[in-house]
Amino acid sequence: MTAVPMTATPPKPKQGFKLTPAALIWPAMLYLILTTQVPFFMTVYYSFFRWNLQAPTPVHPFVGFENYVGLLTDPQNLHIILNTLQLTAGTLIITLVLGASLALLLNRPFAGRALLRTILISSFLVMPVVTAVIWKNMLLNPIFGFFSWFVQLFGGTPIDYLSAHPMGTIIAMVTWEWTPFAMLILLTGLQSLPDDQIEAARLDGANTWQEFRYVVLPHWTQALEVVILLETINVLQVYGEIFASTSGGPGIATTNLPFSVYQRLLQEGNVGVGSAAGVITVVLTNVLAIFMLRLINRNTQVGGH
Amino acid sequence: MKSLAALLTTALALGSAQAASTITVATVNNPDMVTMQKLTPEFNKLYPDINVKWVVLPENELRQKITLDVASGAGSFDVATVGAYEVPIWAKNGWLDPLTPAFAKNPDIAKSYNVSDLIPGVRNALTVGGQLYAVPFYAESSMTFYNKDLFKKAGVTMPVNPTWTQIESFAAKINDPKNGTYGICLRGLPGWGENMAVFSTVMNTFGGRWFDNNWQPQLNSAAWKNAMTFYVNVIKKYGPPGATSNGFTENLTLMSQGKCGMWVDATVAAGLLSDPASSKIVNTVGFANAPTGPGTTRGNHWYWSWNLAIPKSSKQEDAAFKFITWATSKDYIALVAKTKGSWASVPPGTRTSTYTNAQYRKAAGAFSSLVQKSISSADVTKATKDPVPYTGIQYVAIPEFQALGTQVGQYLAGAISGQTTVDQALAQAQAAAQKVAKDGGYQK
Amino acid sequence: MTTLPQSGTQVPANNTPKKPPVNVLGGLLTALTYLLTFLFFFPILWMVMAAFKTEAQAFQTPPVFVFTPILDNFRVAFERYFPALLNSLGAAFGSTILAFILGLPAAFALAFYTTPRSRSVLTWMLSTKFMPAVGVIVPLYLLFTNLHLLDTLPGLILMYTTMNLPLVVWMMHSYMTEIPYAIFEAARVDGASVWREFFGMALPLSLPGISATALLAVIFAWNEAFFALNLTTSDAAPLSVFIGSFKTGEGLFWAQMSAAAVLTVFPVIVFGWIAQRQLVRGLSFGAVK
Repeated sequence: MTAVPMTATPPKPKQGFKLTPAALIWPAMLYLILTTQVPFFMTVYYSFFRWNLQAPTPVHPFVGFENYVGLLTDPQNLHIILNTLQLTAGTLIITLVLGASLALLLNRPFAGRALLRTILISSFLVMPVVTAVIWKNMLLNPIFGFFSWFVQLFGGTPIDYLSAHPMGTIIAMVTWEWTPFAMLILLTGLQSLPDDQIEAARLDGANTWQEFRYVVLPHWTQALEVVILLETINVLQVYGEIFASTSGGPGIATTNLPFSVYQRLLQEGNVGVGSAAGVITVVLTNVLAIFMLRLINRNTQVGGH
Repeated sequence: MKSLAALLTTALALGSAQAASTITVATVNNPDMVTMQKLTPEFNKLYPDINVKWVVLPENELRQKITLDVASGAGSFDVATVGAYEVPIWAKNGWLDPLTPAFAKNPDIAKSYNVSDLIPGVRNALTVGGQLYAVPFYAESSMTFYNKDLFKKAGVTMPVNPTWTQIESFAAKINDPKNGTYGICLRGLPGWGENMAVFSTVMNTFGGRWFDNNWQPQLNSAAWKNAMTFYVNVIKKYGPPGATSNGFTENLTLMSQGKCGMWVDATVAAGLLSDPASSKIVNTVGFANAPTGPGTTRGNHWYWSWNLAIPKSSKQEDAAFKFITWATSKDYIALVAKTKGSWASVPPGTRTSTYTNAQYRKAAGAFSSLVQKSISSADVTKATKDPVPYTGIQYVAIPEFQALGTQVGQYLAGAISGQTTVDQALAQAQAAAQKVAKDGGYQK
Repeated sequence: MTTLPQSGTQVPANNTPKKPPVNVLGGLLTALTYLLTFLFFFPILWMVMAAFKTEAQAFQTPPVFVFTPILDNFRVAFERYFPALLNSLGAAFGSTILAFILGLPAAFALAFYTTPRSRSVLTWMLSTKFMPAVGVIVPLYLLFTNLHLLDTLPGLILMYTTMNLPLVVWMMHSYMTEIPYAIFEAARVDGASVWREFFGMALPLSLPGISATALLAVIFAWNEAFFALNLTTSDAAPLSVFIGSFKTGEGLFWAQMSAAAVLTVFPVIVFGWIAQRQLVRGLSFGAVK
């Protein structure tokens, strides 16, 4: 993606080429259609039937939009959608702030810089289920957990984070995983910032804030887009962390869309309702995806040459 | 293709006894099952021609996976570890192979296995329409554990048959959060097999029930309100912080570290609390029956068993049958005692002969008779004060209950953590139960 | 701890009068960086420590910091480790390679042969990543059963490729659009085929981007647990299933669980540590420039 689009238009591929550009795209397209659209349309189909895995009947009765009506009229689902947005937006904002701070700190020359950067990325590499297990048991447990010991050391009373601040705790875990990613991408962005731009700003008498606001931040646009896009995709689908720590509770405080689909489909075995919930989730996330991709495409040109 | 393979396998099995077959056994990572995996070589000494492949999953994943597998007929498993709740449901669904014909076909095994040695209540829970559909690996009930040291310090004594009112007053006296000890530990972790298992026994003995005989949900009744108010208050006032994250394992940790005055939970914990390798209260742990409430003495202790069954989709029924009858046999129990060096660590609750065994009684003396009595007196058909159209003590044996129980468990956790009031939680729970009764076609 | 600032990204120390305050500030910032890094790493460190403790030490309060490390937990964890490790390696690298075989040509065509549709193609591909896996698991399970793909490594690779392919196309596309177009113009005048443009020029020029993208793809596939849990049982079960088998409903196994977790995350952390330079280099030219 170039900030300044190339003006040259490519020549039409010559006739008679055995390998045409379309032939290069089709295998990937076909693969994705087969592995994502086929199961998705099957899901759409199932969503019109009453079908519970645990109570098998020879014929699954067609129920039209009943499953959808049930879901859309359940006030809980609005709460679940809001949970999903809260988790995604919360994680995104905190990882960006923390990641940017860490990137700025690591962009300074000091002894051990490369080592710290290497160590810092570790939490990005930890499997989500492992994250949840370490955090839930060994750190956050109000009695045996390391945090409560630490809090007590300074005379505080340990809090039960998972029931007092369930969503905050999930956000903390996901943030722990994704901050290094934001840091790394933003640091990469910083390192490609030409020195002379900062020199010029300094010569103009810019202070540190102005330097950040008018030189660093505009340069970061692309890096920020990468972070926002990849994080949104992944955080919208957070499942393992919730599954292994709160199971969506207490109440429905930490149930997000994928987890509620999981509950209906696999815990309840309700293929009809679960499929309808899956379809609704896909539609909602795609609306968000299109909105986000538009936003990103506005600033940068897709299809550079 | 499939049937050809099956035919071929059968032909080979008939042709030569040495033809190797492989069975896939799905199970959970509970200590007794870990022992079973470790003893696989012993199985192979008896049946060198059967290879055993293990699939170990956490309980919830295991349940989902087997459900998906069996419902779709994929046939990935030859032996499945199935809970007491699912056996009748799955049997009715036609997902499990009936074992009675297999016993008839293998008289040698039938003789040494001796089905009549299985504790009657346990056997009944696995029998549907006169056919046995699974064999019990171990069974459990619930009981009260208490810390004698803390009781002595508080100047109270635990009766053999405590009431919940007594339990509450003991908890008040023992509770000492400043010194890191709490009056009582109870499950708060949401789930039909977690907080709802314990809570349902409280609810039963407070005189409540899930549904009346017309499948009208009763979650807005006074009994439910009293039971839930009691449960929520006792945890809030005398329980450890973070109760809504505590299930069996977490409470076991707390209890074994001497942090709880009392704990009402599964009988299997008796053995674990008596194990010096992980428990600090081996010498001070006391045992009593599960508490009773103001409503009735029925349904105050639950019944649960882990069983081995053969999914209908299995293509290795013969080998699978040999395996499940080995792993639940009298000889297997003796083998565990020999390998572990202690009769206290054998899988409990399945066979009368275990409890008449002098060595077992000696090793597990402190709790064995209590456990046996609890298991044999737990009646899945008479668990409530008023009549109900379902079976089960801490569950309702309908397929929808997993979801319903978990949902209500979430509401209960919401009330414990203070996010909602008991009234709100019960209103939500009643609506959920109403939906299940209606959608499931139970209400006439 | 601090060295003198060397590059222009920092206020050049030699020509500012405020040298001492800057160094104090610099020292503080460096100390802060060390502290933050430690905090971020601490949960992993704590897990590694627990893996070498006895079960009783693992949940002792106050926490045990000094202890005699034991290896028993690893001995238990190793029993089932290697088949799962091989499956994880196979699934992560297999799916990454397949995603590149399919995705690189597509990225190349989208970057160098832009048509009015290119943008929607790219957007559509990326949008498939927004589909939650859990929503399609039942049809997938049924399809896998019928195609005999359940519990097979190819089946797992198939799904991980789906997961990584849009990422590969998108990242490699943004990388390739940075390659100066002029290079290709000359070649086209000489009558180079699409084939030669791709293999002879675009591919070699994209190597840093390829390694950066591959690193991300491997990490995502390594840490995937949902498809793994649902579509494999034993033969093809990767490490994310292996770690799940240590969760228990009965008993206290923090130390053993930690040992299994260490074995599960260790390979990918080491891989990440070694490869992160490539990630920075690859990204600084393409997606992030």
